[in-house]
Formats: sequence, C-alpha cells, structure tokens
Amino acid sequence: MIFGLSLVFILTSILTVAGALAAALLRNLVHCALSLTVTFAGLALLYLQLDAQFAGFAQILIYIGAVAILVVFAILLTRGSGIPEHRSFSSSWLAGLVISAGVFSLLSWAVIESIPASAARATPQLTVQKIGQALMSSYVLPLEIVAVLLTVALIGAVIVAMPESSKGGAK
Amino acid sequence: MLGEGILKGLGETAKNFAGSFVSKERLTTVQYPEERIAPIENTRDFPFLVYDGAEDADEAAKLAGLRCVACQICEKECPPKCIYIVKSTDKKPDYVGKPQIYPARFDIDISVCMSCQICVEVCPFEAIKMDTEFELSTTDRFGGLLFDRDHLARSNQHYHKIHPTEAAEVDARLAEEKAKVEAKAKAAAEAAAAKAAAASAAPPVVKPAPAKEPGA
Amino acid sequence: MTVISPFWTNLDQIFVLLQQWIESFFPLWLQPAVGSVLGVVAIVAAFPGIFALTTVLERKGLGRMQNRLGPNRVGPLGILQPVADGIKSLTKEDIVPLTADAAVHFLAPVVLVIAVFLGFAVLPIGRNMVLANLDAGLLFFFAIGASTELSIFMAGWSSRNKYSLLGAMRAVAQMISYEVPLLLSSVVAVMITGSLSTVKIVEAQSGFTGIFPHWYVFTPWGFAGFTLFVIAALAETNRSPFDLPEGESELVAGYFTEYSGFKFALFFLGEYLGMFSIAGFAITLFLGGWGAPLSVLSFIPSWAWFFAKLFCAICFFIWLRGTLPRLRQDQLMNFAWKFMLPMSLLNLLVAAAWRFLPEGPSRWVVCSAVLLAAYVLLGRVLMRHQHLGARSYRYAD
Repeated sequence: MIFGLSLVFILTSILTVAGALAAALLRNLVHCALSLTVTFAGLALLYLQLDAQFAGFAQILIYIGAVAILVVFAILLTRGSGIPEHRSFSSSWLAGLVISAGVFSLLSWAVIESIPASAARATPQLTVQKIGQALMSSYVLPLEIVAVLLTVALIGAVIVAMPESSKGGAK
Repeated sequence: MLGEGILKGLGETAKNFAGSFVSKERLTTVQYPEERIAPIENTRDFPFLVYDGAEDADEAAKLAGLRCVACQICEKECPPKCIYIVKSTDKKPDYVGKPQIYPARFDIDISVCMSCQICVEVCPFEAIKMDTEFELSTTDRFGGLLFDRDHLARSNQHYHKIHPTEAAEVDARLAEEKAKVEAKAKAAAEAAAAKAAAASAAPPVVKPAPAKEPGA
Repeated sequence: MTVISPFWTNLDQIFVLLQQWIESFFPLWLQPAVGSVLGVVAIVAAFPGIFALTTVLERKGLGRMQNRLGPNRVGPLGILQPVADGIKSLTKEDIVPLTADAAVHFLAPVVLVIAVFLGFAVLPIGRNMVLANLDAGLLFFFAIGASTELSIFMAGWSSRNKYSLLGAMRAVAQMISYEVPLLLSSVVAVMITGSLSTVKIVEAQSGFTGIFPHWYVFTPWGFAGFTLFVIAALAETNRSPFDLPEGESELVAGYFTEYSGFKFALFFLGEYLGMFSIAGFAITLFLGGWGAPLSVLSFIPSWAWFFAKLFCAICFFIWLRGTLPRLRQDQLMNFAWKFMLPMSLLNLLVAAAWRFLPEGPSRWVVCSAVLLAAYVLLGRVLMRHQHLGARSYRYAD
C-alpha cells in the first residue's frame, strides 16, 4: 500500500498513463493508435478493479474491439503508413501547457472535493441484471434515443458510401 | 430451398469418408512405393529398340536380332532432337535375310525426350517402341540420362509383356511380310530353275541369268 | 433422478478433488492463487494437446474425404505428425522483412495467443469446473474475441506487404460484420436464462423431461440461434468456407504471409484455439455444456461429455471444410448483413414470444412456423436475382 493506493492500481495507472503519453508523442501514427489501445485496456482494468464488471468488459468490447479498429482503418484509408520526417509540435506550446495545467487542476480539485471524508460505505452490488432493469425502466428513453442515433448514423454511412450511379445499383 | 445444396454436398463427402475405409473405388490412391497400380497398356515413357531374340541374350545376339536399319528417319522427325545415330560401315542380314546397315551408335537423351511417340509412328521397320519404365532417377544428370544402343535394346518378348496387343499386331504384320518375301523368292527360284532347265535343253548360249533378288 | 454411485460422482469431480488435494499442501492465504494457477496450467496443457490431435485428425479426415490417405508415415497411422510439425516450426529460420515494423510484427502473434487463451477462462468444462465464474462471463468472452481482430490487423499492417495488408483488411471487415450476428444469436440464450453467466446458462439446460434434455438447441429459437451462431463462429475464426483472408490459393497466406517458423506456428495455434473456444462456447450456450444427452447417461462424467461434444464439433468443422467452396468477399458480406442479421433479430422476437406464450404444443408450432417462413421468404428474396444454372463450359473453337 503506497500512499493508500494498492500496488495493482499503481501498476495499472502507470500502464494507462504511459499508453496515453505514447499515443501523444510517438511519430508513427499506427503506433499511436496501438498505444491508445493499451490506454483503453488500462482503463478497462481500472473498471474491473472497482468491481464494475459490465463497464470493464463493455470498455474492452467497444473501445478495443470497435473504436480502435475504426481509428486504425481511418488512418490506413486516409493517410497511409508513411512516417513523417519531423515531429509535429505546435508553435504555441506554452499556451497549450498553461491551459492543460489549468484543466488538470480543476478536474483534480473536483474529484478530491467529491470524495466524502468517510468513504466507508459499502459499494453497491451492481449486477448486470440491475443494469438491465435500470435500462428498461428509468433509462429507457436515453436507450431508445441512442438506438435511433446509431441507426441514423448507420444509414448515413451507407448513403455516403453508396456508389454514385443513380440507377439504384447499390450493393 | 436455401441450404439444400450444402446438405447434399455434406452427404457426398460423408459417403466419401465412410467409403474410403471399405471400398477401393472411394480410396483411389495407393501407398506408393509399397504398392503400385498396374499401368494400362497404352502407357508410354521413353523409347526402346526392339530385337528379335531371347530376353537375356548377349551383346552379339542383341545386335544380330536388332530391327533398326539406321535409316535415321526417327532422328530427323524427333521434335527436340534427342536421338543421335551413327551408321555402321558394314551390313548384317535383317529378319528376312537381306543385308542391311545397322546403327553403330544409337543414343537417346531421355532428359530431352518428351515422349511424343513420333519416332515410333514414323519408323518403317517396327524397330523402336515406347517402354513403360518411369523409375529412372539417377544422381548423374548427364551421363546417367543418356541411353546408348545396348541399354535401349530390349527383346521382342519384353515388348509382348508391356504392350501385348500391339506386339501381336506387329508380329503378325512382320510374319506376313516375311511370308510374302519368301513366296516371291520361291517363285523367283522356281522361275530361275525353269529357265535353267529350258536353257540346258536349248543350244548352249552364254547368257547371264538375271539374278532375281528377293523383293525388298 | 436415479442415484449415481459415489464412484461416478468422484470421477465426475476428479479434477476438482485433485486441485483441492494439491492446494492442501499450501498455506490458507496462498490456496486461491494456487488453485487458479492449477486451472491455468490445466487449460494451457489440455487445449494445445487437443490442437495437436486436431491437426492430424483434420489432415487425415480431409484426405479421406478427398479420396486419399492423409499423413501416415510418422508414428502409427500418422499420429505423431504434430511432433514432426512442431520440430519443423521450431527449427525454421525466423525471417522478419527488412522494412517490416519489428515491434508490431513481433507482438501480433503474442496478442492473438493471449487473447485466445483468455477466452477459455469462462468455459464451464465440467460440473464446478470453470476457471473464472464471472457474473458477466458472456460479455467477457466476446470482449476478448474482439481483441483478436486487432492482432490480425497488426500482423497484416506490420508486414509492409500489399498482400498481407489486403488479407488483413478483408479479415477485419469479415470479422466485424460477423460479430453482430454472433452476438445477437447468443443473446437468445441469455434472454431465456436470465443471466450472462456461462455457469448459470449451463445449469439452466441441465434438467430433463423424461429422458430428453432441456438443451436450447432442441427448441425452435435455439436451433435457429445455434445455426446462426455456428455460421458466425466459422466466419469469426476465418475457417472454411470463410477463409478468404488466408486464402491459400489467392493471397499466398493472407495476413501471415511474412511469418515463418515459430511465429507462424503461434498464429496457427491461435486460430485453432479460437475455433475450440468458440465451439466450446456454442456447446455451452446451446448444446447443454457438460450435460448428458439422455438422463440415463448422466453417470458418465461431465467433463467427458464436454470433450465429446467438442470432438463432434471439431469433426463437423472439418467436414464442412472438406465440402464447401470458399465464399467470395462480397458474398460473405451480403450473407452477413442481408441474411444473418435479419434472421438473428427475428430470432430474438421469436424467443421473446416463446417466453411469453403458454407452455404446450402451440408455442412450438407458432415459433417454428414463423422461423421457417422467414427463412424461406428471405432465401427466395435474396436469390431472386441470382440465376444459378447448370455450369457451362466454353471451349476454344
């Protein structure tokens, strides 16, 4: 126990932060995408350590299984795998540093302030069944809206990708 | 119906699988080299020279019965030019007794031969036929694949063994030719004898009797 | 239920008893860790062993189906062929192309094998014999399965070879498209059981009416779900007839063209282990897991039934490989999106109807009729523009 944090948590957070840093600093774009995948995996491990099984596995399934593949495909189909000769550092890096430091301090203040002093309450037993019931009762409207949104996105993608022949020769 | 073809296909492969343990026609491969499938009669690999004689004859007997007269037609017709013939300077009698030249050298390079059988088709003397031997691998790429006359000479009995119907047909034809030749020779001999008898009865006139050669 | 003698009960639980016996040598605080390690060792030993057996079985089975003998020189009937293959792949030179991305090239087979081995953790191999009794076991399995796609992409891209890249993109497109029917067809089992835990799903199928088991495959929605799951599983593991990404006659070897020696063996291992784990999952969801097919046979140990069913599934996959020609990429995608997706959605509705209809022959008739009608209609509609006549040959005149 170091600083009141378990060893597993420290290792996982090192993995996550290292992945995020690599994703920002590496030159080869596909390497960046793969390090981002490592970050996602680290996040999933953090969820699992908090006993949120559904969130953890859904993180792996969705982020690593779909979003990472999407990112990689997007890189491949647009830029190719060429390695840029020089690092793309922006010229206004000082302003960026100041702004990110400000955001980080705000977020950490919010997180620290929100943990009550006596965090000895038992964590709620959140089974998948409870999640399902909540989705079907109190969160059914957001569920349906998200479903409609996804369908619209799917149809939009198909329409954008359809060949230009207007004779209805679409696949 | 969708999926019907798949089920029929599955049935077919299942029949193949089960049948391969019980029936020979479902398992058409044999465990070479321990087992071999007998070749069919029309198998052909590389040519050989036919000689009339016993299978284990010595060199002299092989040469004596060799049908080839070194006419060089096969050498000229061979597409990849794998036959090399050198004619002899003396003659030996052939199967009807007529003196013919014979090949002093007859080499076939089987690394070049493409088994097209053209040499067999054009030979007028039924002297060169196709063998069925295919296990001819050797470590000597050049000399080991160059067959000379003695290596190529195989007896007519060997020919009967590998191509029975063809050999029977060839033998029948050759016997017919020989019979025709002999009949002509007999007729000529009888005519000569009759002429000689007529000549001895008439006043002796020196007339050279035309020596009738047996028709070739 | 007939009383089973203690001998058979002990045989059923023999591996659990063995694990407890080994654990007893360790102090109490170390015992769970030792138990997990033993489970992991068992999985890592057993399934690659089955992989070795499957390679021989496949080559000999395919050979017999194709009117020839398979390998039969190494060992009696060729059984030791995997040993020869293993020695060959270990001693071959490991060639990495000069322009290849060395780190990613090395990591791709590693990621694949790790992801595939992780999937075995939630398979209930016998009664009380599951490595990780997770509440969301199903979700875990599919999440890990999704990670294998990433390794295939890594393999194809890092080789810097257009054939590998093409094969990898085809493979990833195929796997993503078939992921949707795979998940949807497994949801029916979850719906009727009411839990995502694989252990509970198997237990829900372990009852018997008379002598017939309660396996989900014997219900109309279960049969449809099982068929769809198996087809999607074949596509997920790039197995014939969906093996276009590794099309041996087309793309050299697809995304693992540039791999040789041990890395190729790892890919091969990963592919076959993926096949076993997804077959095991199909058995868990629809075929009753470790349950016996007839109640009179339930004295036979549960793990024996699981492996017997796995063996039948493997034989069926080999049979399919020997029978069907390869599907083209556009045929693959059409099949996934236009046929399997609507069928699996309809299957969800039918399973829901089954749940709410009263018990009796009426729900059997209604559900079967709906599924059959949809199958025939969809088939007709999708085939109406395909004029598949007898094959005609054109000869040069």
